[in-house]
Amino acid sequence: MKAAFKMPGFVAGFIMAFVFVAAALLSFVWSPYAVDGVDIVNKLHPPDMTNWFGTDHLGRDIFSMIMVGARTSIAVAIVAVGIGVLLGVPLGLAAAARKGTLLDEVIMRGNDLIFAFPALLIAILITAVFGASALNAIIAIGIFNIPVFARLVRGGALSLWTRDFILAARVAGKGRVRISFEHILPNLTNLLIVQGTIQFSLGILAEAALSYVGLGAQPPIPSWGRMLADSQTMISFAPHLALFPGAAIVLTVLGLNLMGDALRDLFDPKLRRDRQ
Amino acid sequence: MLRFTLNRLLSLGLSLIAASVVIFFAIEIIPGDPARLMLGINATQDAVDALRTQMGLDQGVLVRYWLWVSGLVQGDFGISYTYRVPVSEMVQGRIWVSLPLALYALVLSTLIAFPVGIIAAAKRGSWADWLVMGGTQLGVAIPNFWFAMLMVSLLAIKYRLFSAGGFSGWDDPLLAMRSLTLPAFVLALPQASILARVMRSALLDTLSEDFMRTARAKGRTRRGALVHHALRNAMIPVLTIIGLQFSFLLAGAIIIEKVFFLPGLGSMIFTAITQRDLIVVESVVMLLVFAVILVTFLVDITYALVDPRLRRRA
Repeated sequence: MKAAFKMPGFVAGFIMAFVFVAAALLSFVWSPYAVDGVDIVNKLHPPDMTNWFGTDHLGRDIFSMIMVGARTSIAVAIVAVGIGVLLGVPLGLAAAARKGTLLDEVIMRGNDLIFAFPALLIAILITAVFGASALNAIIAIGIFNIPVFARLVRGGALSLWTRDFILAARVAGKGRVRISFEHILPNLTNLLIVQGTIQFSLGILAEAALSYVGLGAQPPIPSWGRMLADSQTMISFAPHLALFPGAAIVLTVLGLNLMGDALRDLFDPKLRRDRQ
Repeated sequence: MLRFTLNRLLSLGLSLIAASVVIFFAIEIIPGDPARLMLGINATQDAVDALRTQMGLDQGVLVRYWLWVSGLVQGDFGISYTYRVPVSEMVQGRIWVSLPLALYALVLSTLIAFPVGIIAAAKRGSWADWLVMGGTQLGVAIPNFWFAMLMVSLLAIKYRLFSAGGFSGWDDPLLAMRSLTLPAFVLALPQASILARVMRSALLDTLSEDFMRTARAKGRTRRGALVHHALRNAMIPVLTIIGLQFSFLLAGAIIIEKVFFLPGLGSMIFTAITQRDLIVVESVVMLLVFAVILVTFLVDITYALVDPRLRRRA
Protein backbone atom coordinates (compact mmCIF):
# COMPACT_ATOMS: atom_id res chain seq x y z
CA MET A 1 0.00 0.00 0.00
CA LYS A 2 2.91 2.31 0.80
CA ALA A 3 4.25 1.85 -2.70
CA ALA A 4 0.90 2.89 -4.18
CA PHE A 5 1.06 6.23 -2.42
CA LYS A 6 4.35 6.95 -4.16
CA MET A 7 2.57 6.93 -7.55
CA PRO A 8 1.22 10.37 -8.55
CA GLY A 9 -1.71 8.85 -10.46
CA PHE A 10 -2.79 6.86 -7.44
CA VAL A 11 -2.47 9.82 -5.08
CA ALA A 12 -4.47 12.11 -7.39
CA GLY A 13 -7.15 9.45 -7.84
CA PHE A 14 -7.23 8.64 -4.15
CA ILE A 15 -7.76 12.29 -3.20
CA MET A 16 -10.65 12.66 -5.70
CA ALA A 17 -12.38 9.48 -4.60
CA PHE A 18 -11.69 10.16 -0.91
CA VAL A 19 -13.37 13.59 -1.06
CA PHE A 20 -16.62 12.02 -2.20
CA VAL A 21 -16.49 9.09 0.20
CA ALA A 22 -15.81 11.54 3.03
CA ALA A 23 -18.66 13.79 1.85
CA ALA A 24 -21.00 10.81 1.77
CA LEU A 25 -20.03 9.76 5.31
CA LEU A 26 -20.17 13.32 6.62
CA SER A 27 -23.66 13.78 5.17
CA PHE A 28 -24.98 11.25 7.72
CA VAL A 29 -24.20 13.68 10.54
CA TRP A 30 -23.97 17.08 8.83
CA SER A 31 -24.75 18.88 5.60
CA PRO A 32 -25.05 22.66 5.12
CA TYR A 33 -28.82 22.41 4.63
CA ALA A 34 -31.45 19.68 4.94
CA VAL A 35 -32.11 18.06 1.54
CA ASP A 36 -35.78 17.31 2.17
CA GLY A 37 -36.60 20.93 2.92
CA VAL A 38 -38.46 22.67 0.10
CA ASP A 39 -37.84 26.42 0.06
CA ILE A 40 -39.62 27.78 -3.01
CA VAL A 41 -38.73 31.40 -2.23
CA ASN A 42 -35.04 30.59 -2.72
CA LYS A 43 -35.44 28.49 -5.87
CA LEU A 44 -32.86 28.46 -8.67
CA HIS A 45 -30.36 30.59 -6.80
CA PRO A 46 -27.02 30.83 -8.62
CA PRO A 47 -23.97 29.79 -6.55
CA ASP A 48 -22.97 32.31 -3.86
CA MET A 49 -21.64 32.37 -0.31
CA THR A 50 -24.84 31.08 1.32
CA ASN A 51 -25.48 28.28 -1.21
CA TRP A 52 -22.07 27.31 -2.52
CA PHE A 53 -23.43 25.41 -5.52
CA GLY A 54 -26.75 27.30 -5.72
CA THR A 55 -30.26 25.91 -5.23
CA ASP A 56 -32.53 23.81 -7.43
CA HIS A 57 -36.09 24.41 -8.68
CA LEU A 58 -37.47 23.55 -5.24
CA GLY A 59 -34.97 25.74 -3.41
CA ARG A 60 -32.92 22.81 -2.12
CA ASP A 61 -29.19 23.37 -1.60
CA ILE A 62 -27.26 21.66 -4.44
CA PHE A 63 -24.11 21.24 -2.34
CA SER A 64 -26.03 19.32 0.34
CA MET A 65 -27.82 17.24 -2.30
CA ILE A 66 -24.50 16.27 -3.88
CA MET A 67 -23.21 15.19 -0.46
CA VAL A 68 -26.27 13.03 0.20
CA GLY A 69 -26.35 11.87 -3.43
CA ALA A 70 -22.80 10.56 -2.99
CA ARG A 71 -24.25 8.09 -0.46
CA THR A 72 -26.63 6.68 -3.07
CA SER A 73 -23.98 6.43 -5.78
CA ILE A 74 -21.36 4.86 -3.53
CA ALA A 75 -23.77 2.49 -1.80
CA VAL A 76 -25.24 1.24 -5.09
CA ALA A 77 -21.82 0.78 -6.67
CA ILE A 78 -20.26 -0.97 -3.64
CA VAL A 79 -23.11 -3.42 -3.16
CA ALA A 80 -23.19 -4.12 -6.90
CA VAL A 81 -19.47 -4.91 -6.86
CA GLY A 82 -20.10 -7.06 -3.76
CA ILE A 83 -22.72 -9.09 -5.63
CA GLY A 84 -20.34 -9.53 -8.55
CA VAL A 85 -17.50 -10.68 -6.28
CA LEU A 86 -19.57 -12.93 -4.01
CA LEU A 87 -21.19 -14.79 -6.89
CA GLY A 88 -18.64 -14.34 -9.66
CA VAL A 89 -15.51 -15.37 -7.75
CA PRO A 90 -16.77 -18.80 -6.56
CA LEU A 91 -18.17 -19.48 -10.05
CA GLY A 92 -14.84 -18.59 -11.64
CA LEU A 93 -12.91 -20.71 -9.12
CA ALA A 94 -15.25 -23.66 -9.70
CA ALA A 95 -14.99 -23.34 -13.48
CA ALA A 96 -11.18 -23.29 -13.27
CA ALA A 97 -10.98 -26.18 -10.78
CA ARG A 98 -13.15 -28.31 -13.06
CA LYS A 99 -11.78 -27.04 -16.36
CA GLY A 100 -13.19 -28.71 -19.43
CA THR A 101 -16.02 -30.43 -17.57
CA LEU A 102 -19.73 -29.85 -18.00
CA LEU A 103 -19.67 -27.53 -14.95
CA ASP A 104 -17.06 -25.30 -16.57
CA GLU A 105 -19.03 -25.24 -19.81
CA VAL A 106 -22.31 -24.40 -18.07
CA ILE A 107 -20.72 -21.58 -16.04
CA MET A 108 -18.98 -20.04 -19.03
CA ARG A 109 -22.04 -20.26 -21.31
CA GLY A 110 -24.12 -18.70 -18.52
CA ASN A 111 -21.59 -15.89 -18.41
CA ASP A 112 -21.85 -15.38 -22.15
CA LEU A 113 -25.61 -15.20 -21.81
CA ILE A 114 -25.46 -12.46 -19.16
CA PHE A 115 -22.94 -10.61 -21.33
CA ALA A 116 -25.53 -10.45 -24.08
CA PHE A 117 -27.71 -8.34 -21.78
CA PRO A 118 -26.13 -4.92 -21.27
CA ALA A 119 -26.67 -3.68 -17.67
CA LEU A 120 -29.33 -1.30 -18.91
CA LEU A 121 -31.38 -4.12 -20.43
CA ILE A 122 -31.14 -6.14 -17.21
CA ALA A 123 -32.32 -3.04 -15.36
CA ILE A 124 -35.19 -2.58 -17.80
CA LEU A 125 -36.31 -6.18 -17.30
CA ILE A 126 -36.03 -5.94 -13.52
CA THR A 127 -37.87 -2.62 -13.30
CA ALA A 128 -40.56 -3.93 -15.64
CA VAL A 129 -41.04 -6.81 -13.20
CA PHE A 130 -40.47 -5.25 -9.79
CA GLY A 131 -40.70 -1.49 -10.39
CA ALA A 132 -37.99 1.15 -10.30
CA SER A 133 -35.91 1.53 -7.12
CA ALA A 134 -32.33 1.92 -5.94
CA LEU A 135 -32.36 -1.72 -4.82
CA ASN A 136 -33.32 -2.92 -8.29
CA ALA A 137 -30.60 -0.77 -9.80
CA ILE A 138 -28.13 -2.50 -7.45
CA ILE A 139 -29.37 -5.93 -8.50
CA ALA A 140 -29.17 -5.04 -12.19
CA ILE A 141 -25.62 -3.69 -11.98
CA GLY A 142 -24.66 -6.57 -9.66
CA ILE A 143 -25.88 -9.21 -12.11
CA PHE A 144 -23.89 -7.52 -14.84
CA ASN A 145 -20.78 -7.71 -12.61
CA ILE A 146 -21.01 -11.48 -12.05
CA PRO A 147 -19.58 -12.60 -15.41
CA VAL A 148 -16.89 -9.91 -15.23
CA PHE A 149 -15.46 -11.39 -12.04
CA ALA A 150 -16.16 -15.01 -13.01
CA ARG A 151 -14.15 -14.64 -16.23
CA LEU A 152 -11.33 -12.78 -14.54
CA VAL A 153 -11.00 -15.36 -11.75
CA ARG A 154 -11.26 -18.31 -14.11
CA GLY A 155 -8.52 -16.92 -16.33
CA GLY A 156 -6.24 -16.13 -13.40
CA ALA A 157 -6.94 -19.43 -11.64
CA LEU A 158 -6.27 -21.51 -14.76
CA SER A 159 -2.71 -20.24 -15.00
CA LEU A 160 -2.18 -20.83 -11.26
CA TRP A 161 -3.40 -24.45 -11.45
CA THR A 162 -0.38 -25.37 -13.56
CA ARG A 163 2.09 -24.04 -10.98
CA ASP A 164 4.29 -26.19 -8.79
CA PHE A 165 2.99 -24.97 -5.45
CA ILE A 166 -0.50 -26.06 -6.40
CA LEU A 167 0.86 -29.45 -7.37
CA ALA A 168 2.54 -29.61 -3.95
CA ALA A 169 -0.77 -28.83 -2.28
CA ARG A 170 -2.47 -31.58 -4.28
CA VAL A 171 0.25 -34.07 -3.36
CA ALA A 172 -0.31 -33.07 0.27
CA GLY A 173 -3.85 -34.36 -0.21
CA LYS A 174 -5.82 -31.15 -0.30
CA GLY A 175 -9.08 -31.18 -2.27
CA ARG A 176 -9.89 -28.89 -5.18
CA VAL A 177 -12.24 -26.72 -3.15
CA ARG A 178 -9.68 -26.22 -0.38
CA ILE A 179 -6.89 -25.47 -2.84
CA SER A 180 -9.13 -22.98 -4.65
CA PHE A 181 -9.82 -21.01 -1.50
CA GLU A 182 -6.53 -21.47 0.37
CA HIS A 183 -4.00 -21.15 -2.46
CA ILE A 184 -5.63 -19.87 -5.65
CA LEU A 185 -7.84 -17.11 -4.27
CA PRO A 186 -5.14 -15.34 -2.17
CA ASN A 187 -2.99 -15.14 -5.28
CA LEU A 188 -5.78 -13.44 -7.19
CA THR A 189 -6.38 -10.68 -4.63
CA ASN A 190 -4.42 -8.06 -6.59
CA LEU A 191 -6.34 -8.85 -9.75
CA LEU A 192 -9.61 -8.57 -7.84
CA ILE A 193 -8.69 -5.25 -6.24
CA VAL A 194 -7.88 -3.72 -9.62
CA GLN A 195 -11.03 -5.04 -11.29
CA GLY A 196 -13.09 -4.12 -8.22
CA THR A 197 -11.96 -0.50 -8.47
CA ILE A 198 -12.86 -0.38 -12.16
CA GLN A 199 -16.26 -2.02 -11.65
CA PHE A 200 -16.88 0.39 -8.79
CA SER A 201 -16.39 3.36 -11.11
CA LEU A 202 -18.52 1.70 -13.82
CA GLY A 203 -21.19 1.11 -11.17
CA ILE A 204 -21.29 4.81 -10.34
CA LEU A 205 -21.71 5.65 -14.03
CA ALA A 206 -24.40 2.98 -14.42
CA GLU A 207 -26.32 4.17 -11.35
CA ALA A 208 -26.24 7.73 -12.69
CA ALA A 209 -27.53 6.59 -16.08
CA LEU A 210 -30.28 4.44 -14.58
CA SER A 211 -31.42 7.23 -12.26
CA TYR A 212 -31.31 9.65 -15.17
CA VAL A 213 -33.82 7.60 -17.15
CA GLY A 214 -35.93 7.02 -14.03
CA LEU A 215 -35.04 3.37 -13.39
CA GLY A 216 -32.86 3.99 -10.32
CA ALA A 217 -33.32 5.71 -6.96
CA GLN A 218 -36.75 7.28 -6.63
CA PRO A 219 -37.62 10.63 -5.02
CA PRO A 220 -37.02 11.78 -2.33
CA ILE A 221 -33.69 9.87 -2.23
CA PRO A 222 -31.16 12.31 -3.74
CA SER A 223 -29.16 10.85 -6.60
CA TRP A 224 -26.70 12.48 -8.96
CA GLY A 225 -28.35 10.95 -12.00
CA ARG A 226 -31.79 12.18 -11.06
CA MET A 227 -30.48 15.66 -10.25
CA LEU A 228 -29.21 15.74 -13.84
CA ALA A 229 -32.55 14.55 -15.18
CA ASP A 230 -34.33 17.29 -13.19
CA SER A 231 -31.90 19.92 -14.45
CA GLN A 232 -32.36 19.12 -18.12
CA THR A 233 -35.25 21.45 -18.86
CA MET A 234 -33.63 24.28 -16.90
CA ILE A 235 -30.08 24.03 -18.18
CA SER A 236 -30.30 27.12 -20.41
CA PHE A 237 -31.12 29.50 -17.54
CA ALA A 238 -29.73 27.56 -14.54
CA PRO A 239 -26.61 25.74 -15.78
CA HIS A 240 -25.34 25.21 -12.22
CA LEU A 241 -28.06 22.59 -11.75
CA ALA A 242 -26.36 20.39 -14.33
CA LEU A 243 -22.73 21.38 -13.86
CA PHE A 244 -22.15 20.36 -10.25
CA PRO A 245 -23.76 16.89 -10.10
CA GLY A 246 -22.10 16.05 -13.43
CA ALA A 247 -18.72 17.22 -12.19
CA ALA A 248 -19.20 15.11 -9.05
CA ILE A 249 -19.72 12.01 -11.20
CA VAL A 250 -16.73 12.80 -13.43
CA LEU A 251 -14.36 13.40 -10.50
CA THR A 252 -15.40 10.27 -8.59
CA VAL A 253 -15.16 8.05 -11.66
CA LEU A 254 -11.90 9.64 -12.79
CA GLY A 255 -10.43 9.20 -9.29
CA LEU A 256 -11.37 5.53 -9.13
CA ASN A 257 -10.03 4.89 -12.64
CA LEU A 258 -6.73 6.58 -11.85
CA MET A 259 -6.43 4.44 -8.71
CA GLY A 260 -7.28 1.29 -10.64
CA ASP A 261 -4.74 2.02 -13.38
CA ALA A 262 -2.01 2.83 -10.85
CA LEU A 263 -2.69 -0.37 -8.87
CA ARG A 264 -2.61 -2.44 -12.05
CA ASP A 265 0.79 -1.01 -12.94
CA LEU A 266 1.98 -1.63 -9.40
CA PHE A 267 0.80 -5.24 -9.20
CA ASP A 268 2.02 -6.13 -12.66
CA PRO A 269 5.67 -5.14 -12.97
CA LYS A 270 5.83 -6.52 -16.50
CA LEU A 271 3.12 -4.15 -17.63
CA ARG A 272 4.87 -1.27 -15.89
CA ARG A 273 8.09 -1.96 -17.69
CA ASP A 274 6.29 -2.21 -21.03
CA ARG A 275 4.62 1.11 -20.57
CA GLN A 276 7.71 3.07 -19.79
CA MET B 1 -13.83 -22.12 -42.06
CA LEU B 2 -17.13 -23.92 -42.73
CA ARG B 3 -16.80 -25.96 -39.57
CA PHE B 4 -15.93 -22.88 -37.58
CA THR B 5 -18.94 -21.01 -38.97
CA LEU B 6 -21.29 -23.90 -38.22
CA ASN B 7 -19.91 -24.13 -34.69
CA ARG B 8 -20.51 -20.43 -34.14
CA LEU B 9 -23.98 -20.66 -35.71
CA LEU B 10 -24.91 -23.40 -33.24
CA SER B 11 -23.78 -21.28 -30.34
CA LEU B 12 -25.68 -18.31 -31.79
CA GLY B 13 -28.85 -20.38 -31.85
CA LEU B 14 -28.37 -21.69 -28.31
CA SER B 15 -27.72 -18.17 -26.96
CA LEU B 16 -30.89 -16.89 -28.61
CA ILE B 17 -32.97 -19.71 -27.14
CA ALA B 18 -31.49 -19.18 -23.68
CA ALA B 19 -32.04 -15.41 -23.87
CA SER B 20 -35.65 -15.83 -24.99
CA VAL B 21 -36.32 -18.24 -22.08
CA VAL B 22 -34.82 -15.79 -19.56
CA ILE B 23 -36.80 -12.83 -20.91
CA PHE B 24 -40.09 -14.71 -21.26
CA PHE B 25 -40.02 -16.19 -17.77
CA ALA B 26 -38.82 -12.94 -16.18
CA ILE B 27 -41.94 -11.24 -17.52
CA GLU B 28 -44.03 -14.33 -16.81
CA ILE B 29 -43.51 -14.19 -13.03
CA ILE B 30 -45.21 -10.80 -12.80
CA PRO B 31 -48.57 -11.09 -11.08
CA GLY B 32 -51.58 -9.58 -12.80
CA ASP B 33 -53.67 -10.34 -15.83
CA PRO B 34 -52.83 -8.47 -19.06
CA ALA B 35 -56.40 -8.94 -20.34
CA ARG B 36 -57.78 -7.34 -17.20
CA LEU B 37 -55.23 -4.56 -17.56
CA MET B 38 -56.26 -3.87 -21.16
CA LEU B 39 -59.97 -3.80 -20.49
CA GLY B 40 -59.91 -1.90 -17.23
CA ILE B 41 -61.49 -2.75 -13.86
CA ASN B 42 -65.08 -2.22 -15.06
CA ALA B 43 -64.95 -4.96 -17.68
CA THR B 44 -67.15 -8.01 -17.17
CA GLN B 45 -65.53 -11.34 -16.45
CA ASP B 46 -66.92 -12.67 -19.77
CA ALA B 47 -65.19 -9.94 -21.73
CA VAL B 48 -61.93 -10.56 -19.92
CA ASP B 49 -62.22 -14.32 -20.52
CA ALA B 50 -62.95 -13.72 -24.21
CA LEU B 51 -59.89 -11.49 -24.56
CA ARG B 52 -57.76 -14.01 -22.66
CA THR B 53 -58.78 -16.67 -25.15
CA GLN B 54 -58.15 -14.32 -28.06
CA MET B 55 -54.67 -13.48 -26.73
CA GLY B 56 -53.96 -17.10 -25.99
CA LEU B 57 -53.51 -16.38 -22.27
CA ASP B 58 -55.68 -19.34 -21.26
CA GLN B 59 -53.09 -21.74 -22.60
CA GLY B 60 -50.23 -23.28 -20.66
CA VAL B 61 -46.95 -21.48 -20.10
CA LEU B 62 -44.99 -23.64 -22.53
CA VAL B 63 -47.58 -23.20 -25.28
CA ARG B 64 -47.48 -19.45 -24.79
CA TYR B 65 -43.69 -19.41 -24.86
CA TRP B 66 -43.79 -21.33 -28.11
CA LEU B 67 -46.38 -18.98 -29.61
CA TRP B 68 -44.31 -15.96 -28.59
CA VAL B 69 -41.06 -17.32 -30.00
CA SER B 70 -42.58 -18.61 -33.23
CA GLY B 71 -44.29 -15.23 -33.59
CA LEU B 72 -40.98 -13.41 -33.14
CA VAL B 73 -39.35 -15.54 -35.82
CA GLN B 74 -42.10 -14.51 -38.25
CA GLY B 75 -41.84 -10.86 -37.26
CA ASP B 76 -45.02 -10.97 -35.15
CA PHE B 77 -44.24 -9.35 -31.79
CA GLY B 78 -47.75 -9.54 -30.36
CA ILE B 79 -50.30 -6.77 -29.74
CA SER B 80 -49.50 -3.86 -27.42
CA TYR B 81 -51.65 -4.00 -24.26
CA THR B 82 -52.00 -0.23 -24.18
CA TYR B 83 -52.27 0.83 -27.80
CA ARG B 84 -53.88 -2.31 -29.27
CA VAL B 85 -51.65 -2.16 -32.33
CA PRO B 86 -49.09 -4.78 -33.36
CA VAL B 87 -45.81 -4.23 -31.50
CA SER B 88 -43.95 -4.87 -34.75
CA GLU B 89 -45.56 -1.74 -36.25
CA MET B 90 -44.53 0.31 -33.22
CA VAL B 91 -41.00 -1.06 -33.40
CA GLN B 92 -40.68 -0.43 -37.14
CA GLY B 93 -41.19 3.30 -36.77
CA ARG B 94 -38.61 3.54 -34.01
CA ILE B 95 -35.89 1.08 -34.86
CA TRP B 96 -34.89 3.33 -37.75
CA VAL B 97 -33.88 5.92 -35.21
CA SER B 98 -32.10 3.76 -32.62
CA LEU B 99 -30.23 1.46 -34.99
CA PRO B 100 -28.84 4.18 -37.29
CA LEU B 101 -27.88 6.15 -34.17
CA ALA B 102 -25.92 3.21 -32.72
CA LEU B 103 -24.28 2.42 -36.08
CA TYR B 104 -23.45 6.07 -36.72
CA ALA B 105 -21.84 6.21 -33.26
CA LEU B 106 -19.91 3.01 -33.98
CA VAL B 107 -18.55 4.50 -37.20
CA LEU B 108 -17.64 7.77 -35.46
CA SER B 109 -16.02 5.91 -32.56
CA THR B 110 -13.87 3.91 -34.98
CA LEU B 111 -13.02 6.96 -37.08
CA ILE B 112 -11.89 8.85 -33.99
CA ALA B 113 -10.15 6.00 -32.18
CA PHE B 114 -8.06 4.58 -35.05
CA PRO B 115 -5.98 7.64 -35.93
CA VAL B 116 -5.78 8.75 -32.30
CA GLY B 117 -4.66 5.33 -31.07
CA ILE B 118 -2.19 4.89 -33.93
CA ILE B 119 -0.62 8.31 -33.40
CA ALA B 120 -0.33 7.69 -29.65
CA ALA B 121 1.40 4.35 -30.25
CA ALA B 122 3.67 5.59 -33.03
CA LYS B 123 4.74 8.60 -30.99
CA ARG B 124 4.84 6.90 -27.62
CA GLY B 125 5.95 9.15 -24.78
CA SER B 126 5.51 12.34 -26.82
CA TRP B 127 3.18 15.17 -25.86
CA ALA B 128 0.65 13.80 -28.36
CA ASP B 129 0.66 10.48 -26.51
CA TRP B 130 0.19 12.21 -23.16
CA LEU B 131 -2.67 14.26 -24.58
CA VAL B 132 -4.37 11.14 -25.91
CA MET B 133 -3.95 9.23 -22.66
CA GLY B 134 -5.25 12.15 -20.60
CA GLY B 135 -8.13 12.84 -22.96
CA THR B 136 -9.22 9.21 -23.06
CA GLN B 137 -9.03 8.98 -19.27
CA LEU B 138 -11.47 11.89 -19.14
CA GLY B 139 -13.53 10.43 -21.97
CA VAL B 140 -14.39 7.27 -20.03
CA ALA B 141 -15.16 9.19 -16.82
CA ILE B 142 -17.70 11.61 -18.31
CA PRO B 143 -21.27 10.29 -18.32
CA ASN B 144 -22.27 10.72 -21.93
CA PHE B 145 -25.81 11.85 -21.20
CA TRP B 146 -24.40 14.71 -19.11
CA PHE B 147 -21.94 15.63 -21.83
CA ALA B 148 -24.90 15.54 -24.22
CA MET B 149 -26.82 18.01 -22.07
CA LEU B 150 -23.86 20.38 -22.00
CA MET B 151 -23.38 20.07 -25.76
CA VAL B 152 -27.05 20.79 -26.40
CA SER B 153 -27.02 23.91 -24.28
CA LEU B 154 -23.77 25.08 -25.86
CA LEU B 155 -23.79 24.00 -29.51
CA ALA B 156 -27.52 23.79 -30.15
CA ILE B 157 -29.13 26.42 -27.96
CA LYS B 158 -26.38 29.03 -27.76
CA TYR B 159 -24.66 28.72 -31.13
CA ARG B 160 -27.42 26.91 -33.08
CA LEU B 161 -24.93 24.67 -34.86
CA PHE B 162 -26.95 21.49 -34.40
CA SER B 163 -30.55 20.63 -33.74
CA ALA B 164 -31.32 20.53 -30.02
CA GLY B 165 -33.48 17.47 -30.38
CA GLY B 166 -36.33 15.82 -32.18
CA PHE B 167 -36.24 13.83 -35.39
CA SER B 168 -38.03 14.60 -38.61
CA GLY B 169 -37.78 11.17 -40.22
CA TRP B 170 -35.76 9.83 -43.10
CA ASP B 171 -37.71 11.62 -45.88
CA ASP B 172 -34.96 14.20 -45.82
CA PRO B 173 -31.82 12.10 -45.22
CA LEU B 174 -29.57 15.14 -44.81
CA LEU B 175 -31.76 16.64 -42.13
CA ALA B 176 -32.05 13.24 -40.44
CA MET B 177 -28.28 12.84 -40.36
CA ARG B 178 -27.99 16.34 -38.98
CA SER B 179 -30.32 15.56 -36.09
CA LEU B 180 -28.40 12.36 -35.39
CA THR B 181 -24.88 13.81 -35.61
CA LEU B 182 -24.61 15.38 -32.16
CA PRO B 183 -26.28 12.40 -30.40
CA ALA B 184 -24.03 9.96 -32.26
CA PHE B 185 -20.91 11.96 -31.46
CA VAL B 186 -21.74 12.13 -27.76
CA LEU B 187 -22.63 8.45 -27.72
CA ALA B 188 -19.37 7.61 -29.47
CA LEU B 189 -17.04 9.56 -27.22
CA PRO B 190 -16.58 7.18 -24.24
CA GLN B 191 -16.37 4.20 -26.60
CA ALA B 192 -13.85 6.02 -28.79
CA SER B 193 -11.75 6.66 -25.68
CA ILE B 194 -11.72 2.98 -24.76
CA LEU B 195 -11.06 1.94 -28.34
CA ALA B 196 -8.18 4.41 -28.76
CA ARG B 197 -6.52 2.99 -25.63
CA VAL B 198 -6.98 -0.58 -26.83
CA MET B 199 -5.65 0.37 -30.26
CA ARG B 200 -2.61 2.02 -28.68
CA SER B 201 -1.71 -0.86 -26.36
CA ALA B 202 -2.39 -3.50 -29.03
CA LEU B 203 -0.10 -1.67 -31.44
CA LEU B 204 2.59 -1.28 -28.79
CA ASP B 205 2.40 -5.03 -28.14
CA THR B 206 2.89 -5.90 -31.79
CA LEU B 207 5.57 -3.27 -32.37
CA SER B 208 7.91 -5.20 -30.07
CA GLU B 209 7.33 -8.53 -31.88
CA ASP B 210 10.12 -10.21 -33.80
CA PHE B 211 8.27 -10.08 -37.12
CA MET B 212 8.33 -6.31 -36.90
CA ARG B 213 12.10 -6.34 -36.70
CA THR B 214 12.16 -8.72 -39.65
CA ALA B 215 9.97 -6.35 -41.64
CA ARG B 216 12.27 -3.45 -40.89
CA ALA B 217 15.33 -5.57 -41.74
CA LYS B 218 13.76 -6.39 -45.10
CA GLY B 219 13.74 -2.68 -45.81
CA ARG B 220 10.23 -1.65 -44.80
CA THR B 221 10.04 1.91 -43.55
CA ARG B 222 8.85 2.44 -40.01
CA ARG B 223 5.51 3.66 -41.31
CA GLY B 224 5.24 0.83 -43.84
CA ALA B 225 5.89 -1.80 -41.18
CA LEU B 226 3.35 -0.15 -38.92
CA VAL B 227 0.62 -0.03 -41.54
CA HIS B 228 1.22 -3.37 -43.24
CA HIS B 229 2.29 -5.62 -40.38
CA ALA B 230 1.51 -4.15 -36.97
CA LEU B 231 -2.00 -2.91 -37.72
CA ARG B 232 -3.30 -6.23 -38.99
CA ASN B 233 -2.00 -8.03 -35.94
CA ALA B 234 -3.34 -5.41 -33.58
CA MET B 235 -6.79 -5.83 -35.10
CA ILE B 236 -7.76 -8.87 -32.99
CA PRO B 237 -8.18 -7.08 -29.65
CA VAL B 238 -9.51 -4.02 -31.45
CA LEU B 239 -12.22 -6.04 -33.21
CA THR B 240 -13.21 -7.65 -29.89
CA ILE B 241 -13.76 -4.25 -28.39
CA ILE B 242 -15.66 -2.94 -31.41
CA GLY B 243 -17.97 -5.95 -31.16
CA LEU B 244 -18.52 -5.45 -27.45
CA GLN B 245 -19.09 -1.75 -27.98
CA PHE B 246 -22.03 -2.27 -30.25
CA SER B 247 -24.10 -3.59 -27.37
CA PHE B 248 -23.06 -0.66 -25.18
CA LEU B 249 -23.88 1.76 -27.99
CA LEU B 250 -27.28 0.23 -28.57
CA ALA B 251 -28.11 0.37 -24.86
CA GLY B 252 -26.49 3.80 -24.60
CA ALA B 253 -28.60 4.99 -27.55
CA ILE B 254 -31.70 4.35 -25.44
CA ILE B 255 -30.42 6.84 -22.86
CA ILE B 256 -29.04 9.43 -25.28
CA GLU B 257 -32.40 9.42 -27.09
CA LYS B 258 -33.89 10.85 -23.92
CA VAL B 259 -31.53 13.82 -23.94
CA PHE B 260 -32.32 14.67 -27.56
CA PHE B 261 -36.01 13.73 -27.47
CA LEU B 262 -35.46 11.25 -30.28
CA PRO B 263 -38.44 8.98 -30.98
CA GLY B 264 -36.46 5.74 -30.80
CA LEU B 265 -36.81 2.43 -28.99
CA GLY B 266 -35.71 4.13 -25.75
CA SER B 267 -38.71 6.37 -25.24
CA MET B 268 -40.94 3.50 -26.37
CA ILE B 269 -39.54 1.09 -23.80
CA PHE B 270 -39.64 3.59 -20.91
CA THR B 271 -43.24 4.52 -21.71
CA ALA B 272 -44.08 0.84 -21.91
CA ILE B 273 -42.59 0.26 -18.46
CA THR B 274 -44.65 3.03 -16.86
CA GLN B 275 -47.78 1.79 -18.62
CA ARG B 276 -47.02 -1.83 -17.69
CA ASP B 277 -47.21 -2.68 -21.40
CA LEU B 278 -45.13 -5.76 -20.79
CA ILE B 279 -45.41 -7.37 -24.20
CA VAL B 280 -43.64 -4.31 -25.63
CA VAL B 281 -40.89 -4.52 -22.99
CA GLU B 282 -40.50 -8.25 -23.61
CA SER B 283 -40.28 -7.98 -27.38
CA VAL B 284 -38.05 -4.93 -27.52
CA VAL B 285 -35.58 -6.35 -24.99
CA MET B 286 -35.50 -9.58 -27.01
CA LEU B 287 -34.88 -7.59 -30.17
CA LEU B 288 -31.97 -5.71 -28.60
CA VAL B 289 -30.46 -8.88 -27.14
CA PHE B 290 -30.82 -10.50 -30.56
CA ALA B 291 -28.88 -7.60 -32.07
CA VAL B 292 -26.12 -7.97 -29.48
CA ILE B 293 -25.81 -11.74 -29.95
CA LEU B 294 -25.84 -11.36 -33.74
CA VAL B 295 -23.03 -8.81 -33.61
CA THR B 296 -20.97 -11.05 -31.33
CA PHE B 297 -21.41 -13.80 -33.91
CA LEU B 298 -20.34 -11.52 -36.76
CA VAL B 299 -17.28 -10.41 -34.80
CA ASP B 300 -16.29 -14.05 -34.22
CA ILE B 301 -16.55 -14.70 -37.95
CA THR B 302 -14.54 -11.58 -38.76
CA TYR B 303 -11.83 -12.73 -36.36
CA ALA B 304 -11.47 -15.94 -38.21
CA LEU B 305 -11.16 -14.05 -41.47
CA VAL B 306 -8.46 -11.81 -40.03
CA ASP B 307 -6.59 -14.49 -38.12
CA PRO B 308 -6.50 -17.91 -39.82
CA ARG B 309 -5.10 -19.49 -36.62
CA LEU B 310 -8.49 -19.13 -34.94
CA ARG B 311 -10.27 -21.19 -37.57
CA ARG B 312 -8.32 -24.32 -36.70
CA ARG B 313 -8.73 -23.90 -32.99
CA ALA B 314 -12.52 -24.07 -33.08
